[in-house]
Amino acid sequence: MTTTATLSARSLRMSLRSPDALITALMLPIMLMLIFVYFFGGAIDTGDGSAYVTYVVPGAMLLCAGFGAASTAVTVCHDMTDGVVDRLRSLDVGGVPFLAAHVTASVLRNLVSTSLVLLVALAIGFRPEAGPTGLLASAGLLLAYITSISWLAAALGLLARTPEAAGGFTFLMMFLPYPSSAFVPISTMPSWLHGFAEHQPLTPLIESLRALLMSRPAGDAPWTALAWCAAITAVSVALTSVFFRRRTR
Amino acid sequence: MATSPGNLAGTTGRGGVEGLGSLGIHATGLTKSYGGQRVLDALHLAVPSGSVCALLGPNGAGKTTTVRILATLTTADSGTARVAGHDIAAERTRVRRAIALTGQFAAVDDLQTGLETLRMTGRLAGLTAAEARARADELLERFGLTEAAGKLARTYSGGMRRRLDLAASLVGRPRVLFLDEPTTGLDPRSRQELWQVVRELRGDGATVLLTTQYLEEADQLADRVTVLDSGRIAAEGTAAELKSRVAGHRLDLVLTSRGAYEALAGRAVHHVPDELTLGVPTDGSAAHVRALLDELDPDRTAVDRFTLRTATLDDVFLALTGADR
Repeated sequence: MTTTATLSARSLRMSLRSPDALITALMLPIMLMLIFVYFFGGAIDTGDGSAYVTYVVPGAMLLCAGFGAASTAVTVCHDMTDGVVDRLRSLDVGGVPFLAAHVTASVLRNLVSTSLVLLVALAIGFRPEAGPTGLLASAGLLLAYITSISWLAAALGLLARTPEAAGGFTFLMMFLPYPSSAFVPISTMPSWLHGFAEHQPLTPLIESLRALLMSRPAGDAPWTALAWCAAITAVSVALTSVFFRRRTR
Repeated sequence: MATSPGNLAGTTGRGGVEGLGSLGIHATGLTKSYGGQRVLDALHLAVPSGSVCALLGPNGAGKTTTVRILATLTTADSGTARVAGHDIAAERTRVRRAIALTGQFAAVDDLQTGLETLRMTGRLAGLTAAEARARADELLERFGLTEAAGKLARTYSGGMRRRLDLAASLVGRPRVLFLDEPTTGLDPRSRQELWQVVRELRGDGATVLLTTQYLEEADQLADRVTVLDSGRIAAEGTAAELKSRVAGHRLDLVLTSRGAYEALAGRAVHHVPDELTLGVPTDGSAAHVRALLDELDPDRTAVDRFTLRTATLDDVFLALTGADR
């Protein structure tokens, strides 16, 4: 535990000191949200009569988490390639605390940045109607999602041979919100895309957040979303174990 | 860096199991292949506790692989080794508690300060927060980094980074220290400073295995030198013994024909085919040079001209490793 805490503190300290990564992770999702709300939002009919900002907030938060996790893949890869992992292993620090620390730091970073996105959203007119239960459930779902993609990012960071490649691998993670119900209703997309957009992991997550935050019935979307997060986490944890062993043979 | 008698590596810190005259590192038959390529071939190594052993060899000789196996970072395909008295396969955790490793590239975070790096390493090595703080201050002082303690490592010079890296590896008071090419890429002054640190480590009783490409470095630091070439031991002994094993001079012969060149190439340690020139070891005395010329060229037709050169350290190295052939 001390080991994980020590290494998490290291990761957080270092990310606070790399302003470019911090600005990318914070500013880009906020900028994108503003662009969608002010530039595109006027032309988008979400079909439920509410303001576009209300529609777009869950997607913007997930987008933000995606950006934050991407930087985790790059930092993990850095540690694997520049000798840090050798030093840690010679100190008898194993792969589990090493990766758990990266994921912990990633989750904390992303909680802060998604909260910032939420604050900006509140400032530009987002008015959630959820009670404490709805807010708590939303936060829980978001935490589950952030945890799952942080583990996924750690796995990609172990898979990539260079930090640049690690950055490239996470492209998919950042792209995934677009073919979902994050920014426009799926019904407006070409029909061949419906199948993917409706069944990819982000759509039930976004629909759940939308429903929970606005106090509407969510159906079984939250359970589908949680199942996705659990599956992604389980697969990613297993992959990190395999990749770490392969990289440290 | 002052040479005060403070305990740098602190062999007393963990209560050594090995007594006087025992081996800090004892490897038997270490073999390792990567993708069908044999990088280490039945390596034997015995380093007495408290001594400095240099692994000398060109790139690809197997130096880093040896260090990685002994430091439990990778496993050997066959062979066994004990480090600080513990088996590297069966007692990996015990080995790791007794060793420290400084790799070829300083494993220092650019975005942490020297103090933060050492405190973090202390915590990872199992020290309490207060102990880690005290140990960090002590090491910063010893490595001349006190002034830079609060600055990010990215502002450090190459020499300062190496020193910080070495300091970090010493936080846990290792009894066996692996230094993988500790001075590669350093300027002469930083190299001297690092050599001084290694000498102090030996004074403290730590067992040191260092790899290097420079005979001079091995000469300066090591009690014994093992020359590695293509995963095998090419020579072993004190630096003085190795130097005496290869002659102190080289007779460069310019030959009269390609045929003469081919005939004598096997005797030479230095080859320049385009100029039909071969270098042959000699002690440089008139008697030996005369005898050598008579022996190599009894008909007095093969050798056109010759020059006598003082052998450089590189010649010694090349002669021992056969890298020139």
